[in-house]
Amino acid sequence: MSDHEQDLNAVISRILEERKAYPGALLPILHGIQDALGYVPREAIAQIALGLNLSRAEIHGVVSFYHYFRTSPPGRHTVYLCRAESCQSMGANQLVEHAKAKLGVDFHETTRDGAFTLEPIYCLGNCACSPAMMIDDEVYGRVTPERFEEVIRILKEAA
Amino acid sequence: MSTRIYIPCDSSALSLGAEAVASAITIEASRRKADITLVRNGSRGLYWLEPMVEVETAQGRVAYGPVAIDDVPALYEADFLKGGQHALSLGPTDKIPFLQKQERLTFARVGITDPLSIADYAAHDGWKGLKAALAMDGATVVKQVTDSGLRGRGGAAFPAGIKWKTVLDTSADQKYVVCNADEGDSGTYSDRMIMEGDPYVLIEGMTIAGVAVGATRGYIYVRSEYPHSCQVLAKAIALARASGYLGPDVMGSGKAFELEVRKGAGAYICGEETSLLESLEGKRGMVRFKPPLPAIAGLFGKPTVINNVITLASVPIIFANGAAHYRDFGVGRSRGTLPIQLAGNLKYCGLVEKAFGVTLRELLYDYGGGSASGRPIRAVQVGGPLGAYLPESQFDTPLDYEAFMAIGAMVGHGGIVAFDDTVDMAGMARYAMEFCAIESCGKCTPCRIGSTRGVEVIDHIVAGSEREKNIALLEDLCDTMLNGSLCALGGMTPFPVQSALKYFPNDFRAAPRSKVA
Ligand SMILES: Cc1cc2nc3c(=O)[nH]c(=O)nc-3n(C[C@H](O)[C@H](O)[C@H](O)COP(=O)(O)O)c2cc1C
Ligand code: SF4
Ligand code: FES
Ligand code: FES
Repeated sequence: MSDHEQDLNAVISRILEERKAYPGALLPILHGIQDALGYVPREAIAQIALGLNLSRAEIHGVVSFYHYFRTSPPGRHTVYLCRAESCQSMGANQLVEHAKAKLGVDFHETTRDGAFTLEPIYCLGNCACSPAMMIDDEVYGRVTPERFEEVIRILKEAA
Repeated sequence: MSTRIYIPCDSSALSLGAEAVASAITIEASRRKADITLVRNGSRGLYWLEPMVEVETAQGRVAYGPVAIDDVPALYEADFLKGGQHALSLGPTDKIPFLQKQERLTFARVGITDPLSIADYAAHDGWKGLKAALAMDGATVVKQVTDSGLRGRGGAAFPAGIKWKTVLDTSADQKYVVCNADEGDSGTYSDRMIMEGDPYVLIEGMTIAGVAVGATRGYIYVRSEYPHSCQVLAKAIALARASGYLGPDVMGSGKAFELEVRKGAGAYICGEETSLLESLEGKRGMVRFKPPLPAIAGLFGKPTVINNVITLASVPIIFANGAAHYRDFGVGRSRGTLPIQLAGNLKYCGLVEKAFGVTLRELLYDYGGGSASGRPIRAVQVGGPLGAYLPESQFDTPLDYEAFMAIGAMVGHGGIVAFDDTVDMAGMARYAMEFCAIESCGKCTPCRIGSTRGVEVIDHIVAGSEREKNIALLEDLCDTMLNGSLCALGGMTPFPVQSALKYFPNDFRAAPRSKVA
């Protein structure tokens, strides 16, 4: 086992031990793992199945049902662009096109330098300040194409 | 003496730079040796003015906004700590017309208090409702809720008291109270504002529900798109517990109520109550067949009160002021107030809490100030992605559950999204179908497959291929979805589609409407 795999397994076991007795533990466990690692690795599915006494297929079924959980590592930052109605009324479709062109990726893809993963999101509750986006846990409102570029530039420079 | 300054920590205010403004004001204060106390409040809901800074003066609170960091030195120069005049002055906050005309019951404290201060909450009538409810027996509590006329604010508008009574009357070794904080509808953010701006009102409302029906555990299911709300709630629950408002002995009553936050994972369907319960149990969010009702066999098969955030947050004031006080607001069978959320292409987007009966036109123009772009408002969607699109001819409809039903629309969670005349309604209809396809739980064929077919058929219509035949096909498809779906995702996605087709048929013509720049 590589060091990396050992670390991964340690994190997964710790979260599993901490949370497996919760009523309805699976989502809290998956959240814990994704918060710690950025995604839910294959190794986790097997371990959770063992820990909760469920089949791997069941765990996989849950992971794949929810848009938020991912099974591959994201870029350093995840950019969630709101596609929902209120944001559309204020130019979200144009912003999406602009962002895709600027980052050179489509939705669910990561830029070549590994800096940004682009994801669609359906409302951030920021509809009074549409169009909206979230980068990691930070919400942005009234995002013009210029503002988008500025935020991306700042995050790139901070790297 | 230290001057109190209020700068919101509400997500939307933060999304416009409130954090940077707060630190600029703090830094400038220490540079000038000004003595300030910074309070991070919720938002008053005047989002075109955020970040809005309030200062407590001898004449009450005065507001400035929208404040950018570059404005901060000039605000100090203008002596804003004493309420001095500045280009961004808005005068006394309470006198801002958008706020002054409202009837804030559920939102009475939001933007006024420090969301996490128990003392502040108590000083502004907090815990009064719970105290009153603890002195009653369960049946009396439930009767008060029924008498208030409160109906569910999550969408279906089912009377809250009737739901609670079913749970009360069902005996079990364990019962639950679940708060639906999935707030998935575009154009809605009132749940978020409560969770971030006055979390104790939700905690108090849930505790009253627990005490009433005999439930000792509660869960708040918050969507993962609201990380900030999750944090505020977790802190508020810990503080409330430490002060004895939650825990084994709520306010010394001998009654127990424990509360926990659970995070969703980006599935719109998990806002549907049975799907939410499945998700809380750690499963895929597949919609359950009803019966049994969640009130009889809900979470982990136990009797469960499941209500929306606003429904539960409206309960404390019903007990603090009496059921009749709440019931006196509103019209017909829509009693009380509704926190309405103005969104999309409007000049003044924000939260308007009003008694039922206010018209769409008043909301769009008197409050909303017309479109943000300055172009005519062409279509409005009320009640989220499953709500019909309404043209100008319907703008005089009062917000009232029955009046909206009568025009084939719904009030839903009270979100209003406005579109100007550049909107492509065939595109919006297509999006409605696409959204349904993305979010379907997959249980019913009409919803899962029909929605994908719907996208294709709309594409054919817009491309001008066999137009009449394809429009008939789309109508058929909508009928099948309407009649053959287990829940409202498949069952109501036809509403935005059919209304777009009915009111804006020209948008479905082959030549796309020339896009006005
Ligand atoms: C597809 C779908 C999505 C829903 N989303 C939500 C939601 O995000 N929040 C909510 O409170 N209710 C939502 N509902 C309504 C709930 O099923 C349920 O009626 C509500 O939680 C009951 O609480 P209330 O009576 O207090 O409104 C949704 C319903 C459907 C069919
Ligand atoms: S209508 Fe759609 S979302 Fe609702 S139960 Fe059926 S498949 Fe699931
Ligand atoms: S629709 Fe984009 S934030 Fe709500
Ligand atoms: S479950 Fe098959 S149509 Fe509803």
